[in-house]
Amino acid sequence: MADSQALSALRTISQQRQRALWALGIGLIALLWLSLLLGRYPTPGFISLERLMSDELAGRLVFQLRLPRLLTALLLGMSLSAAGFVFQLLFGNPLVEPGFLGVSQGAAFGAALSIVFFSSSALIVQTNAALFALAGLGLSYLLARRLRYGGWVLRLILAGIAISAFFSAGVGLLKILADPLSQLPEITFWLLGGLASLTWQKFFSVLPFSLAGLTLLILYRWRLNLLALSDETAFSLGAAPQRERALLIVAAVLPTAALISVAGMVGWVGLIVPHLARRLFGSDARYSLPGALLLGGWFVVLCDNLARTLLNGEIPLGILTSFIGAVAFLALLSFSGKRWER
Amino acid sequence: MSEPLLVFDRVTFRYEPGAQKVLSEISFDLPARQVTLLFGPNGCGKTTLLYLTLGWLQPEQGTIWAEGRPLSSLNRRQRGRFMALVPQSEHTPFDYSVLEYVLLGRAPHLPSLAEPGELDIEIALNALARVGIEALAHQSLRALSGGERQLVLIARALTQQPRLLLLDEPTAHLDLQNTYRLVEVVRQLKRQGITVLMTSHDPQVVLALADQVVILRQGKVFRQGRLDEAFTSEVLQAVYAIPLQITMVQGKKTIQWL
Repeated sequence: MADSQALSALRTISQQRQRALWALGIGLIALLWLSLLLGRYPTPGFISLERLMSDELAGRLVFQLRLPRLLTALLLGMSLSAAGFVFQLLFGNPLVEPGFLGVSQGAAFGAALSIVFFSSSALIVQTNAALFALAGLGLSYLLARRLRYGGWVLRLILAGIAISAFFSAGVGLLKILADPLSQLPEITFWLLGGLASLTWQKFFSVLPFSLAGLTLLILYRWRLNLLALSDETAFSLGAAPQRERALLIVAAVLPTAALISVAGMVGWVGLIVPHLARRLFGSDARYSLPGALLLGGWFVVLCDNLARTLLNGEIPLGILTSFIGAVAFLALLSFSGKRWER
Repeated sequence: MSEPLLVFDRVTFRYEPGAQKVLSEISFDLPARQVTLLFGPNGCGKTTLLYLTLGWLQPEQGTIWAEGRPLSSLNRRQRGRFMALVPQSEHTPFDYSVLEYVLLGRAPHLPSLAEPGELDIEIALNALARVGIEALAHQSLRALSGGERQLVLIARALTQQPRLLLLDEPTAHLDLQNTYRLVEVVRQLKRQGITVLMTSHDPQVVLALADQVVILRQGKVFRQGRLDEAFTSEVLQAVYAIPLQITMVQGKKTIQWL
């Protein structure tokens, strides 16, 4: 019977995908454990467990510095990848990334504004970046409503581009105004992105936003597919397309804004990881969204390990994610290209 | 004549207040288990009328009744189980398998955040079999021809287990062979008890499928009734303002330009 054949083929595919998700998840836990032991103290490489138990400095280093940093890297990777995945799906466009609706440039502007005019204290820079990230989203939305060109999705994309350009011009201006010896380097480092100054306090300040957003997206994973369809079709399938899309955009932007505000600009994660996830798990968001989440965690934790151990000094994380992301992207496009989005 | 499934009662619609009326005082009955064709030239309001039926657009005046109660009293989920839309075409930037795509039709039957289970998969596979493409279940949508894609859209609609099927110009992008295949599929669905409301500007499709026609011209019902009464040479000439004629060729009606 054709039906039962198709059914068992489907079962096999689902089982394979589920097993791959479990493997990625368990591997990620192992990676976190190894990463915790990896560093440049006392010598570059892994620290032994005996040393960790006996050396008080090592204990503090691992649990007060490495652990919150590692967990934030995990959240960063998961949030940017999940948000990028959801954005690409909702906008029906494989080239959008989570910061494109004015969120990334808004955050950069907020951070630079704070460094130049208010204070470079971490908490104030972070708060300002988060507020301007959300302002970027809000302005993009309001502008999109006023545009008289194209459909809703196109208008949002155009508005996002315009608002981003507006904020990046603002960042340029602030760089000119900044004190070249103290403020300018700070802005530059913020823009390059990194987790060097991560503390438990910062981790806990982003955790609730990140968890809330990601939980909603995970619960929505199958239904997300509906919202990739045209408004009329999604409506005919019992969805409320505009309302549900707005909800999901907010759920994707909240964790993104929170994490950009502590980690700065960490590029390419939200663009490349969703592609990789769809390659491995198919387009059905039921599997590829959790896949993107886990792969994003892997990618950023690995990049951050390199950032903090490769050289004596810290390499900005954003440089590594962009470099490795670009190489991976090209490799993905060049090899096994049996099906690639038009 | 069987009980009507839907009744359109003086439905008027415009896109913005003050704009020109797209549809004006449209009234007709949709008999159950029959195929009704909305026919007319481009821009006469066929698709708008389909979207009003779907509930995606709301009439400015008038009511659409579904078995004695206003259609607008159904919630989104109820509506998704009552009727299904087959859009004219659908662009998907991502690469779903046919079965994954068809399974989306289960959405109105599932609680908001639930996922389809074994039963839903069987319903989806059954829908694929009904349109004759069960062998394509695990193909990628991208690998399909235009005709097969149209059948996938119909299968997704059938997966909703609707009583009313709305088809928007289903043959618009199809070649002759695929048009024939689609016509056969719709005939079979009608035999299985599904009510069909379908737009078309292809008179050949109308002649092949329709039990009843509603002919629209400039936003008004120009003529309506059973196929042989309403779909005549005179009516067609008036609608298109070009000389054409319905003639019999080997016992079947065809359209001829004069």
